[in-house]
Amino acid sequence: MIGKTNFRDPELAKRVVEKIRETAVKSETVKICHVCGTHEWVITHFGIRSLLPPNVEVIAGPGCPVCIVPASEIDEAVQLALKGITITCFGDVLRVPGSETSLLGAKAEGADVRIVYSVSDAIKMAEKEPNKEFTFFAVGFETTAPSTAVEALKNPPRNLSFLISHRLIPPAMKLLAGMEDLNLDGFIAPGHVSTIIGLKAYETFPKVYGMPTVVAGFEPLDILFGVYMILKQLKEQKPRLENEYIRAVSREGNVKAQELMQKVFDTIDGGWRGLGTIASSKFTFNEKYAKHDARLKYGVKVEHGIDIQHGCKCHLVIIGKIKPTECPLFMKTCTPQKPVGACMVSIEGTCSIWAKTQIDKTK
Amino acid sequence: MPIKMCLAIPAKVISVEGDKAKVDFGESVLREVNITLVNAKVGDYVLVHAGYAIQVLEEKEALETIRLWNEILELGARTQK
Repeated sequence: MIGKTNFRDPELAKRVVEKIRETAVKSETVKICHVCGTHEWVITHFGIRSLLPPNVEVIAGPGCPVCIVPASEIDEAVQLALKGITITCFGDVLRVPGSETSLLGAKAEGADVRIVYSVSDAIKMAEKEPNKEFTFFAVGFETTAPSTAVEALKNPPRNLSFLISHRLIPPAMKLLAGMEDLNLDGFIAPGHVSTIIGLKAYETFPKVYGMPTVVAGFEPLDILFGVYMILKQLKEQKPRLENEYIRAVSREGNVKAQELMQKVFDTIDGGWRGLGTIASSKFTFNEKYAKHDARLKYGVKVEHGIDIQHGCKCHLVIIGKIKPTECPLFMKTCTPQKPVGACMVSIEGTCSIWAKTQIDKTK
Repeated sequence: MPIKMCLAIPAKVISVEGDKAKVDFGESVLREVNITLVNAKVGDYVLVHAGYAIQVLEEKEALETIRLWNEILELGARTQK
């Protein structure tokens, strides 16, 4: 039945776009920020920005989990790979630049780097080859971290360790909300992260920052309704937290996933590519599970990495301060085939999405 | 297959065995996923992210979405009058 429900009703889209135009007409410039690579894909792919009035801008925040991994953590994975440890990672991570090279570069030098669809694939590989040392490079936000927790709790094979790079979204949103020169008026909160952390995780944004916040899904209509709900809140001058994605997100979220994450992880300050350190934004194994930590097992630690290559503007694209088309390298020296910055590497990176959708440069 | 890391794809549960389930993503794409994080039964729709079901999609809430959308538009019309 769910499959048959019409989530793409063009008439409904027309009506909501009309409402957006009516509601926005008297407002000043409105800047709405989302923090999810898939939201950016939907917005760009379906041309949603072209439906909005010129004074309503939707910008992409740090919602690409691969793009925000700092170079120092790529360097750690590269070091492990070059030491002879088999690195298993998601496909997107392979080409993300470290300070000097990427995991793909390490692979070219003979290191064993393998793409997996899921952490459970890494477990299977490690079980199949017990004489080899494996590390799973655990990248991703709250959507991905529970799967790492599930496997850590299940007594993973001794020859498998984890290089934890999980990051948390609300602390990054706090950073953006506090950036005065960014001038945000509202947040579209990420739908799938929210299935795990629940609506309640965003309470602080309307309360403390006066920021209208709406959790939205991934149909074009979800986004349009998200934008409209924010505009309405702004017009009424009543910032609040609303849930547009009721079919997947509850107030409490996935409590079981939260409990499992709490069992294995501690929250610490973490570096985000180009953004510096964000307080309490990173997971690391707690004392009980530290035996699975690749950093401790192999004594790997890289303190400083080079996040941004010369001329690259990823650090500004990641927070939505500039559009990819405003970067001097975009589609000149930096292309999806030969990316310079992380935002052009991942299929969730804003630059990569814009490049592949051939954004009109005049907009 | 590259995956979008915050993307989750809905799929229908075909069979369940312990913490694993066989799910149908449509168009004959069947895959085994881990269901530790959810209480899923045969016939449910689940959101799958990197091989793990992260949420059960409620049919009631899916239908409710369309009602919510219409309600939002109507409410908007009323407050603007």
